[in-house]
Amino acid sequence: MPFETLAGVTPLLAVRDLKVHFEVGGNRLLGRKPATVRAVDGVSFDLLAGETLGLVGESGCGKSTLGRALLKLLPTRAGQIIWLGKDIAPLSEEKIRPLRRNMQIVFQDPLASLNPRMNVGEIIAEPLRIFQPQLSAAQRREKVKAVMAKVGLLPNQINRYPHEFSGGQCQRIGIARAIINEPQLIVCDEPVSALDVSIQAQIVNLLMDLQKDMGVSLVFISHNLSIVRHISHRVLVLYLGKVMELASREAIYANPLHPYTQALNSAVPVPDPDLERNRPRLVLSGDIPSPINPPSGCPFRTRCPKAQDICALEEPLLRRAGAQHLVACHFADIP
Amino acid sequence: MDAVLSVADLQTVFATPEGDVHAVNGVSFTIGRGETLGVVGESGSGKSQIFMSIMGLLARNGRARGSVRFKGQEILNLSLAKLNKIRGEKMAMIFQDPMTSLNPYLTVRRQMTEVLVEHRGMSETQAQREAVRLLERVQIPEAGRRIGMYPHEFSGGMRQRVMIAMALLCSPELLIADEPTTALDVTVQAQILELLAELKRDLGMAIVLITHDLGVIARLADRVMVMYAGNIVEEAPVRDIFRSPQHPYTEGLLRSMPRLDENHGGRLRVIPGQPPNLQNLPSGCSFRERCSYAMEVCVTQVPRLETIATQRCKACHLKRLPA
Repeated sequence: MPFETLAGVTPLLAVRDLKVHFEVGGNRLLGRKPATVRAVDGVSFDLLAGETLGLVGESGCGKSTLGRALLKLLPTRAGQIIWLGKDIAPLSEEKIRPLRRNMQIVFQDPLASLNPRMNVGEIIAEPLRIFQPQLSAAQRREKVKAVMAKVGLLPNQINRYPHEFSGGQCQRIGIARAIINEPQLIVCDEPVSALDVSIQAQIVNLLMDLQKDMGVSLVFISHNLSIVRHISHRVLVLYLGKVMELASREAIYANPLHPYTQALNSAVPVPDPDLERNRPRLVLSGDIPSPINPPSGCPFRTRCPKAQDICALEEPLLRRAGAQHLVACHFADIP
Repeated sequence: MDAVLSVADLQTVFATPEGDVHAVNGVSFTIGRGETLGVVGESGSGKSQIFMSIMGLLARNGRARGSVRFKGQEILNLSLAKLNKIRGEKMAMIFQDPMTSLNPYLTVRRQMTEVLVEHRGMSETQAQREAVRLLERVQIPEAGRRIGMYPHEFSGGMRQRVMIAMALLCSPELLIADEPTTALDVTVQAQILELLAELKRDLGMAIVLITHDLGVIARLADRVMVMYAGNIVEEAPVRDIFRSPQHPYTEGLLRSMPRLDENHGGRLRVIPGQPPNLQNLPSGCSFRERCSYAMEVCVTQVPRLETIATQRCKACHLKRLPA
């Protein structure tokens, strides 16, 4: 694995050959064996302090599973999750829990991720109560109000309930809860996908401001490539649980080497009628294969315009294509 | 203009326990023959409810008033029997989630041939042949075999193709597509957009494209209608909307979207505030609390939709946006 990429710097998080598999179907009575979904299948990357890594891919690529596995919210099958120099993959839930003060998550559905019976103050204070039990109620309230102001909520709304807020405001509540213990890592799982277009920009700005302010690292999971380009420093492209390409955002958009990344870029409609109607387009045929029964060799080969015989036989390994550019393709346009 | 559909002063109201909700507030527009009209707006803008009203598909607590003429014939609030003659035959609608609009218990063959036998008086064999032809038209591989499958046996993109084929069964003059690609993955969305562009070119039917995605609008629309809180706030040919938006809301939407083909870095320009709450709209202009150009008159007077240039209208008290 060519992972000396970021040599000289100790990453906040180093993921090596991580696998998350699920068993589905199957029936012991009928003697039917369950099928295995390789949701995440051998993923490696580094995340630096203060960095935003975008995870992109389509449904079934494993981006959300990967995000959750990083925080050990899902059991991992194999591989390492090295958090501040220590592999946390084999740790028990009990040993992980204290670490979660430092690693938080923000979910896609802002309302569903908030307890409807708790008011905003209680929701945001919950991580404080767990991780800083020594604080008095008054101290907690002060901290909650400060963090509410920081995420653009009015501190006098502290006694309101989630249903009284719009989607964008609920997402601010979720973010406030995630940052109140000043974590070093926040996994943002499609944090703006459920929001109206005019509100998405507000939340993207907020996350970028918080990062600048607190130096927190973000793993930003999204299917919206335009937003990922805007917010990320580096981008990881996933397809059927495997890394296709990992590079700086400039390289991913200006000089993508993997045919899948090229197709993804080409598929996003550009809001400019002349450009959009006349640009050359790389439209993939077919659908994403089922992760239960992925193609042999390269997972992308069934839809790849460049596929040759070798792609069915040999899985392309992630290889270096530039100082900070990795790609897994037998026919990548490596300069 | 030779209009397929002309809508005048359409109002849609939902009765709720908390009082009436005005989802559509007296909108008027026309759709020309063969034209693709893009309708943009966020949740609560009324963009879908206009067309649910027109198709007679409102929820039970909804009422529509005004006038909707399909090629001169009044169709709003027609009896179900009369409406069924028009929708399906003359106008068809496709939705965001094809799984909920297809009958899960019937094969695609049953669902398609039924329409052809009922509306076009075909025999079963003719209907089957025509259905396969249409499935091939929307590029479903092995259409002859797959016509015998159930909706759940198709992938999301293939299901949307089946929906489109069903909408084409009676060669409608107007196709209403409500967020047709929103539920699809981006590479599959690209396939469906390509198909719609092709159908638009080859079949010459008028299309209404309802979406929140300005990229999709840029790809397919000829003319664009921007909705906010139940009103049309701007209407213009597609190039003008993107080149020189004249309503502050349109301008705000365009500026707040990061684009894949450019990188400014730094902060995005935002529209401040929250989406409109239809039960608690401000006085005057519904957008004024979020508008950076709001003036005193915006508090007291509702702006009317007025013509500002050839083929261009907007509902805003400000004459011109600063460039």
